[in-house]
Amino acid sequence: MPQQNINQDSFDDDVPEELPPPAAAAASTDALDALLDEIDGNLQVNAEQFVRSFVQKGGQ
Amino acid sequence: MRIVGLETEYGITDPADPRANPILLSSRLVNACREWAGEKTTRWDYGGEDPLMDQRGVRRPRTHVIPELLTDAHEFNAAANSVTLRRRRGSWEDPAHLNAVLTNGARFYVDHAHPEYSGPEVSNARDAVIWDRAGDAIALAAAGEYARIEDAQVALYKNNVDGKGASYGTHENFLIRRDVDFDVLAARLTPHLVTRQIYTGAGRVGLGVRGEEPGFQISQRADYMETEVGLETTLRRPIVNSRDEPHADRSRWRRLHIIIGDATTFDVATFMKLGTTSLVLSAIEADDQRLAALTLAEPVGDVQRVSRDLTLREHLNLADGSVATALEIQRAVLEIARDYVADAVDAQVVGRWESLLERLARDVFETAREIEWVAKLQLLGRMRGKYGTDGREAPWDDPRIVASDIVWSQLGMGLAARLDAAGQVERIATDEEVAAAIEHAPQDTRARVRGAVVANLPDIVDAAGWSTIVLDREANHGHLEVVHLDEPASASHPLIDELLRG
Repeated sequence: MPQQNINQDSFDDDVPEELPPPAAAAASTDALDALLDEIDGNLQVNAEQFVRSFVQKGGQ
Repeated sequence: MRIVGLETEYGITDPADPRANPILLSSRLVNACREWAGEKTTRWDYGGEDPLMDQRGVRRPRTHVIPELLTDAHEFNAAANSVTLRRRRGSWEDPAHLNAVLTNGARFYVDHAHPEYSGPEVSNARDAVIWDRAGDAIALAAAGEYARIEDAQVALYKNNVDGKGASYGTHENFLIRRDVDFDVLAARLTPHLVTRQIYTGAGRVGLGVRGEEPGFQISQRADYMETEVGLETTLRRPIVNSRDEPHADRSRWRRLHIIIGDATTFDVATFMKLGTTSLVLSAIEADDQRLAALTLAEPVGDVQRVSRDLTLREHLNLADGSVATALEIQRAVLEIARDYVADAVDAQVVGRWESLLERLARDVFETAREIEWVAKLQLLGRMRGKYGTDGREAPWDDPRIVASDIVWSQLGMGLAARLDAAGQVERIATDEEVAAAIEHAPQDTRARVRGAVVANLPDIVDAAGWSTIVLDREANHGHLEVVHLDEPASASHPLIDELLRG
């Protein structure tokens, strides 16, 4: 559980520059591309029909 | 500690037959869930429900409500003792209202035209995540059993919209003290419910109830909220639902039923949804006056305004004439909530809350491993680039993008599940904890009693509800015995404990 000790000032709109960018955002690029490649074939074939046929009844 | 619970209505389809009757599919899925559970399940006790009681102190006449609200059966059982007798009736079960009460204390059943998992009562937001994920796993196990029995597939979606106008819900329940004035509660909680979506939203492709306008918004549910406070859940949906059905000692407790939230597949979203709201309720129970300063001038319109503002910069009008962004309101709520931290989970909620708001203000994409709408926006944004032509991104209403929004939430093989499997989603609950919660109930609420009875005494259980367990055993009086569990935080009952000891 990351519990950064952030003081009140960092809530201001102009954030101090010394805060490091998270490594996670950059690291995920390859994973996202791999996922997009993985689903590409299915989407090309039947996306339109799939969207049209996804019909639910209203619930709560 | 606050008793909370989470209910999820899943979207359901037969991939080979899109026109299959969803009530029938749901009923067969619940039947498959019972098969999966084997001996260790029981049916639902409809004996004590009172769905027409309004938190605002009046009971709606039966002739003045839509039929869906009439979920109570032929008996209203106002019990005085912890065990009462009930006359035997026929044991016919309506296949359109099939139920399975499970060993983990949950209820899996048909609600309207959807299968629903109502998780067991838990004592904190972290446990809520664990038993919510267990519900997804149980739904998937039921789908596996369905495939075996029916020789057909069923696909389940943890979302809230079909893009054709239908919406179905994910409901949060919070136990709060009866002496809290409901109108004050509704007024003070509303600013939080309107603005918390910036970290609890699941993201949605399409604007408007039918997605008639192309675009992306933060919340699945925002376009379906039509009023501030009300009894209904299927039409004129309110930000704060006023159904007064405590499923507990009415003199001590209210159960606050929140229907505005999105179904969430990300642990952090689920954790924050329950954890932050629970802390705000503590502030309301303490009559903290600071919340009143956050009252919004147009809360219903603001639900959509916040949902459609991906920059998080739009100003909302407050009742006192000032303006504030959703982020600013959340920072103010956080500062108040900080004073009500009572345990380690609360402290985790506040730490995460602070961190998320700070990163959202800087660059929303820094939260892509935790906030579901941001992760969805990131993935689908990349997809728009990939499918774009002539140097332009594919439009939001490109069928491949719209389809991906639906597939995002599919249980088992959806895009969110695949991101999780690829290590791209931050987890709160471990796989081991979730696996254990499929079978076992929380040990610190009355769900322990319900779960233990279903697991160990299935032969003498006739039915179970949130606050009742109905026993059918040899006795001189010849009647059913109704064991009342009116204290949700009480994890034992003398008669049940005696029976469990054998």
